[in-house]
Amino acid sequence: MPAPLDPAPDFADYAHPEKLVSTAWLAEHLDLVGTEDLAVVESDEDVLLYATGHIPGAVGIDWHLDLNDPVTRDYVSPEAFAALMERSGITPETTIVVYGDKSNWWAAYALWVFELFGHADVRLLDGGRAAWQAEGRELTREEPSPAPAPYPVPTRSDAPIRAFREDVLGFLGGQLIDVRSPQEYSGERLHMPDYPQEGAVRGGHIPGARSVPWAKAAREDGRFRSRAELEQIYLTEQGMDPAEPVIAYCRIGERSSHSWFVLTYLLGFASARNYDGSWTEWGNGVGLPIAIGEEPGEIPAGARR
Amino acid sequence: MSAGAEGTGARGAETTGAVPAALAEIAEDFRAMAPKDRLQLLLEFSDGLPELPERYREHPELLEGVPECQSPIFLLTEVGGTGADAPVRLFFSAPPEAPTTRGFAGILAEGLDALSAAEVAGVPADITEEMGLAEVVSPLRLRGMAAMLGRIQRQVREKAQLGG
Repeated sequence: MPAPLDPAPDFADYAHPEKLVSTAWLAEHLDLVGTEDLAVVESDEDVLLYATGHIPGAVGIDWHLDLNDPVTRDYVSPEAFAALMERSGITPETTIVVYGDKSNWWAAYALWVFELFGHADVRLLDGGRAAWQAEGRELTREEPSPAPAPYPVPTRSDAPIRAFREDVLGFLGGQLIDVRSPQEYSGERLHMPDYPQEGAVRGGHIPGARSVPWAKAAREDGRFRSRAELEQIYLTEQGMDPAEPVIAYCRIGERSSHSWFVLTYLLGFASARNYDGSWTEWGNGVGLPIAIGEEPGEIPAGARR
Repeated sequence: MSAGAEGTGARGAETTGAVPAALAEIAEDFRAMAPKDRLQLLLEFSDGLPELPERYREHPELLEGVPECQSPIFLLTEVGGTGADAPVRLFFSAPPEAPTTRGFAGILAEGLDALSAAEVAGVPADITEEMGLAEVVSPLRLRGMAAMLGRIQRQVREKAQLGG
């Protein structure tokens, strides 16, 4: 049975308020955590952060170690995903609330992967780990030992929410957004300020992509901006149309998962996909055109969709 | 975790030397553990990372950043004089939200602090891969520790004027 919804008025205006819970809601429902109705998952950039203290009952799931298959450079197999859910005490009917560091980048990424595998009810904790911590709420180092739960091997369904390079190549001229920093977009830098260079040989962006850095959707405290503010950014300033398909990308797909969540669940875009190959693939890809500078740039002749 | 720092004898200025005893012991401790316990030990190093001394707390500009790490970390070496035998002190600053990075720093602090310049400069670069950490923190994250070690060694070679 899914957990009750968070009726917080702050969420009511979003297209899908059922995809968010507040820190107050979670604090009230801590007694449900670890039952078959509610699982809380922490997913961070820093893999050790969970061990320093986490929300009571939360299990830690790491993108690199648990969700990624280094051999196929893809997500884990459906069998491995089912095994991960089983040992985390999660059934297909369990409501999962995901939270993490860095304004929920990795939490949004985990949520997106859970949805690739068709998990029915996955929500984000608005504001993530930082908001929970800032409110002085309880953190524990005690690791839960969930009773293994049955999770039938799911079918992974990429098409609705995931874009591959060929999809993007066939989409040039469509609504494509680049959510990296302006310096990465222009080609001035190959990685985030203060972050490692993760191996792209060219700087710039996918031709025609608009620059809409992910952080525009987040408030100072890491929570999402209001529906009205988000509409101002994506619809008014960028002129985007929620009825038309959109693809978001960044450098490795984690920041664009955050933007994908905003477009899909807060603004209600009919079709939003995350291009998780992102700039580490496109920037190195043979035969893939790029644009340099602050403008979206021209779509090469013959490449327009 | 003892802070044993007895040298291993190699006191020349050769570029690559032995793994200093304290660091070798830490590597052995990690390797001997089950993967889950390695994370716990890394957490202990993170918790135990000494704070910056007063004299550097107000002077962040003296510390060198390590952008290869995912999270912000700054480090500083002090070398007493010049030459192969000059003693080395290591100082790190990383926020509590970056425990993995703090853990890496804690390992290097305990494994290398108070050794001679030649010993620090001679630590083989691949020591960071000899602790069984790649499988518990991911190889990508582990690159940050190699980058820290590289920066420490460069600073020490320059300050001790080791040449090479």
